[in-house]
Amino acid sequence: MASHDDIKTTVKGFILAEFLPGEDPNLFQDSTPLVSGGILDSLATLRLVSFLQEQFGVEIEPHEMTTEHLDTLTAITDLVEAKL
Amino acid sequence: MMYSANSLVEYLEHSARARPEAVAAEEQGAGVIRYRELDELSDRLRDRLVELGVGRADRVGIYLHKSIDSLACIFGILKTGAAYVPVDPGAPAARCAYILGDCAVKVVIVERDLAGALQTELADLGAAPALVELAGVGGGGPLREALRSASPPAETATPRIEDLAYILYTSGSTGKPKGVMLTHRAAISFVDWCSEAFQPEPDDRFSSHAPFHFDLSILDLYVPIKHGATVVLISEEIGKDPLRLAPLIADSRITVWYSTPSILSFLAQFGRMQRYDYSTLRTVLFAGEVFPVKHLRRLKSLLPEPEYYNLYGPTETNVCTYHPIPAVIPDDRETPYPIGKACSHYRIRVLDDAGKEVPAGEEGELCGSGPGVMEGYWNLPERTAMAFRVDESGERWYRTGDIVVEEDDGVYVYLSRRDRMVKKRGYRVELGEIESGLYRHPDVREAAVIAQQDDDFGVRTIAFLSCKGEEPPSVLELKRFCMENLPSYMVPDIFRFLAVLPKTSTDKVDYQSLKELAAG
Repeated sequence: MASHDDIKTTVKGFILAEFLPGEDPNLFQDSTPLVSGGILDSLATLRLVSFLQEQFGVEIEPHEMTTEHLDTLTAITDLVEAKL
Repeated sequence: MMYSANSLVEYLEHSARARPEAVAAEEQGAGVIRYRELDELSDRLRDRLVELGVGRADRVGIYLHKSIDSLACIFGILKTGAAYVPVDPGAPAARCAYILGDCAVKVVIVERDLAGALQTELADLGAAPALVELAGVGGGGPLREALRSASPPAETATPRIEDLAYILYTSGSTGKPKGVMLTHRAAISFVDWCSEAFQPEPDDRFSSHAPFHFDLSILDLYVPIKHGATVVLISEEIGKDPLRLAPLIADSRITVWYSTPSILSFLAQFGRMQRYDYSTLRTVLFAGEVFPVKHLRRLKSLLPEPEYYNLYGPTETNVCTYHPIPAVIPDDRETPYPIGKACSHYRIRVLDDAGKEVPAGEEGELCGSGPGVMEGYWNLPERTAMAFRVDESGERWYRTGDIVVEEDDGVYVYLSRRDRMVKKRGYRVELGEIESGLYRHPDVREAAVIAQQDDDFGVRTIAFLSCKGEEPPSVLELKRFCMENLPSYMVPDIFRFLAVLPKTSTDKVDYQSLKELAAG
């Protein structure tokens, strides 16, 4: 089973590659706001959720697609980890 | 020409008399409002606005989330004879204040949470409209509460059909949004065409997916209200979330759906639609951008029953051509469907650069004439003049900027744009407005934005920047800055940094090189 840090590294890599090409990975921190910071718009959020579902074999429910669950790397990692 | 009404207010008054207890509007999680109630609530707002000095030839801003409250505001404003100006509650306050200041609204109806930032920005612009503050929105309660202290009863104005009904602001290439002025006649001629084309019935249930500052809302609101049917108001938040939208369409038994292709593509890709029952849905309308056939085919395989129509037209004309999509899309079709034939209230011509009509089969700019065309841009007489070609008979033809070709039988096919306007998720974006936003960043020396078509993302915007100082700002910092200064759909998807931007021989930014750079 993937550890908290494994999940975080995988998610971080996906977001950097897909939505922040060229950004210094060190500036993208666990608490960087993603939705309110303009990194994840509605389509990016959907793509991220699809990725999480396929990558980790979890199902994200409609009511979980909120800023609260998806705004930071920490929140996303917690959401996935709770379902594993 | 004969119209079904002389003002949009008559639609509500008529349905309130004919079907007082029928549900006019439904708001997810907040209840319903019946025609009689909507008529009465909008009367109360009319009284308050008249007391504040609002009347014919004035403008009133709506700075509210979509709700029964904001719907009632629209009719309350129209009943004073004034035009309404809806602004996006999700956009930066400075942009909204610019719009409301630009068209000198007399009053703004605003949610309390948004009022402070708006007032600060308005004060910076030297504007001080009266505010009607609502504690929030939802179901009409907050508006009723705000109007609890009664105002003296006023008369409903009888606007002339040529009076302005609303002003919708769209992206402007100079960096400032521009206000498209539409009359009651423009709206009514369009609504009458919808009646003829889609045969609405009182038991229809129309979706209202687009925000009110978007011209798709004209069909969403006035067609059902004209026919005593029901409009299902979909909030901004659920509207962009296919996982919640897919069950909502089924549960609220929508019969006529209207949105941009983007959201329909998202529904088909991410909405898990096979879980729900869409048997009531009879018509699916889409407009605002090209619908890639791949996604349309997928949607039709999930929802085979309804009739589909591609509607075409910029805010300046609303819908002016339309095309029914055939029941079966051939497997080998990849070209998007045409924008179709002229609607019955429009005449269409394809003109060359000199303004001469080109024969069928040749490329040219689509121009439209008819009662649906805008009056002009608010306070921009030169821009307005440039937007029209006037023929020998004095008739005004709106120049859409869209390059099309007429195929056999008067069917038009969209080819490209004449300028730097793009459609991203159905939103109209002037790349120049994004550039103006980027230039406000203190570290930016030069900014140029291009758009790229991508199968997965649709349109992506790429910003090329050259910056002052050693280190360019981080992408995270630029995204955050853009979120504060631009609507979210204008935030560039990708940033790239260059020492200097490539120039043409006349020292202009060489967009062609940038496109090649982006592709390579």
